[in-house]
Amino acid sequence: MKLKKFATAALAAGMATLALTACNTATPDAETTAEGSMITQEAVEGATELELWTFVELHAQFYTEMAEIWNEENPDKKVQIAVNVLPYDDMHNKLQIALTSGQGAPDISDIEAGKFPQFTQGTPALMDLTEAAAPYRDDIVEARLDLFSKDDALYGLDFHVGATVAFYNTELLEAAGIDYTTIKTWDDYQEAGAEYFEKTGKYLGTVDTSAAWQEGLLLAQLGGEYFTEDGKVNVNSPEMIEALTILKGLQDANAAAVPPGGQPDTEEAFGAYNNGDFAAAVMPFWFTSRYLAYMPDFAEKIAIAPPPTVENPVNISVGGGGTGTAVMKDGENAELAAEFIAWAKLGTEGNISTWELLGFDPLNTEVWADQEITHNPENKFVKYFQNNPFEPLLEIQDSIGHLESFTNGSMPSVNNLLNTQTLNDIFENDVPIEDALNQAQSDLQNELGE
Amino acid sequence: MRRMLYSPKVAPYIFVLPFVLTLAIFWVSPLIKSFIMSTQDIIPGSVTNVGLANFERLIGDRLFYVALGNSMKYMIFTLFLLIPIPLLLAVLINSKLGSDRIKAVFKSVMFIPALTSVVVAGIVFRLIFSESPTALMNQIVGAFGIEPVKWLKNSETGFMALLTVASWRWTGVNILYFLAGLQAIPNDYYEAADLDGANAWQKFWHVTVPQIKPTLVFVVTISVYGGLAMFLESFMLWGGNNSPQNIGLTIVGYLYRQGIEKNDLGYASAVGVVLLIIVLAINIPQLIATGTFKKEER
Repeated sequence: MKLKKFATAALAAGMATLALTACNTATPDAETTAEGSMITQEAVEGATELELWTFVELHAQFYTEMAEIWNEENPDKKVQIAVNVLPYDDMHNKLQIALTSGQGAPDISDIEAGKFPQFTQGTPALMDLTEAAAPYRDDIVEARLDLFSKDDALYGLDFHVGATVAFYNTELLEAAGIDYTTIKTWDDYQEAGAEYFEKTGKYLGTVDTSAAWQEGLLLAQLGGEYFTEDGKVNVNSPEMIEALTILKGLQDANAAAVPPGGQPDTEEAFGAYNNGDFAAAVMPFWFTSRYLAYMPDFAEKIAIAPPPTVENPVNISVGGGGTGTAVMKDGENAELAAEFIAWAKLGTEGNISTWELLGFDPLNTEVWADQEITHNPENKFVKYFQNNPFEPLLEIQDSIGHLESFTNGSMPSVNNLLNTQTLNDIFENDVPIEDALNQAQSDLQNELGE
Repeated sequence: MRRMLYSPKVAPYIFVLPFVLTLAIFWVSPLIKSFIMSTQDIIPGSVTNVGLANFERLIGDRLFYVALGNSMKYMIFTLFLLIPIPLLLAVLINSKLGSDRIKAVFKSVMFIPALTSVVVAGIVFRLIFSESPTALMNQIVGAFGIEPVKWLKNSETGFMALLTVASWRWTGVNILYFLAGLQAIPNDYYEAADLDGANAWQKFWHVTVPQIKPTLVFVVTISVYGGLAMFLESFMLWGGNNSPQNIGLTIVGYLYRQGIEKNDLGYASAVGVVLLIIVLAINIPQLIATGTFKKEER
């Protein structure tokens, strides 16, 4: 009897371990092999190997192409780039763990703007790129460098300005008798949206629950911030209430709705756009690349315009999103990596490639004015969009703002709460705006220990 | 050396040494480290002692209570779903009903979910419960004339989806535990019960249940822990750790969010310590009540 009991227990325990190890080991393998991919440049003789992590496959192509040009120009310090493309969350988490434990970090890594502040806490493991960037600094939109700076040290170099603009599907709008060029303010946008809904039963714009692009834009237009001047959370400010009142107004007038996926930049939303469920998107400029990649059928039907604004805006647009490329300071070849990255991301060749390959609005505004580049009829982005993408950019060039908040170390927490809780409360569950924001304010104060 | 290996006093210790070492290196030392870290504020390059400040923050943190509530709810529901149903199925499989071959197939089929990767399963379930009208669940409810539901955006329906994943995944495993217990019951007991004129229910209640009590205790213990420590199912179902309105946030999810996603390892350690205390507070009284710590009767 006793023996049998023992046998049962042993068997059960054995199976438990089996089951546990089965599920524990299966997961990471599946993730790294199924979703991650390695892109290595062709072998270069006598080159220094640099490992680079990114979460966007297109970026990998950019780096390897830039490395080839670099190697031609600098035969004495050739580089060979091995790019590891990982899913967004995975990449940032892995990098965080590698830097914390001091093992396994790459030489160079892309870090998304929303995640950047947590990598510059304390004594950053990232290299100060001020010196490497110095030769290029004059022509660069300074605000985009500030975004990745802390205490006068520059830790990351961006790809683009990410000016927020409006994308309109002119075919759908014309069919409903709406002229997008007449839309200047949020009131116009709401009116046009209501009219569009009346005629078609579909929505003009989106109100988002899993991203705060439009909130950021509205804050910049209203002169608001997510934090007070001394860096304390301030998400229930009058500007924030006004911004959300404007967006809620769109929803109430049926001018906008929550898209599947919660924001335009998701697979689910691309599907809805392709179905013609939404006719416009107010998104950062890099959304151009999503049109080419995910909505090829709309070629020559999408027009880009300055975003809708409030009356007398402080700024018309704002830089949205961004990717800071950082160099790990403990890397063996950190100096070379910094030199290469500064050249690739801030130099003229790099800025031209950024536009031609990725469709981003480059940091170097000299490029914006160079008609040969911006109006190149062979360019796939010029071909795709109905008007020239740089037209609206040049129009708003002097009024592209920047939120100080984006560099605050607590910004990831604010983003996280808005995009999981607060925006859902407001747009999905009709919680009154002030209540939802007050709740967010107190949640954040507690969480951040303020 | 040889003498040591043959010595009845020393040899047992040598045999258990690998286990003790594994336990010490991979379990006890991280545990102690967690306790230490839970009293620190850790940012790269500097570690400061903050005493109980992390725990004070935790007490005022509404989201932590959301996570705690979700984990508790999940644990209780899984206990109600994943103990009686697998037990019943195991008894059926163990009974004389039906052909053995069919039952063997059934057994393997039920166990397959435990072998599949949760990552893959999570994606499939996410698509099943997607909010678009063409998703499987919406087509099913559509057949009854119900409008498409945003399954993963509401707390009740999202929770239902989570429990569906859990049931799908763990039913087979629990059946196997119970089967192992059932097959260890000597047939004599049932024969004796038959002679006394017991019916099927009486046999189940008076013979089967007492005999598989050790297995039951074991399954309840790991289910309590498993329920409270659930993370992966939620992570996969919502395609990340950030479900709308935190309806899928669990304690471990919150620990992961603070420690890994927000790089606040001190605070995350405090969350971990609280989780450990809760699990022990539930499991130890339960084990004492079921007599696990008593010396085995002879």
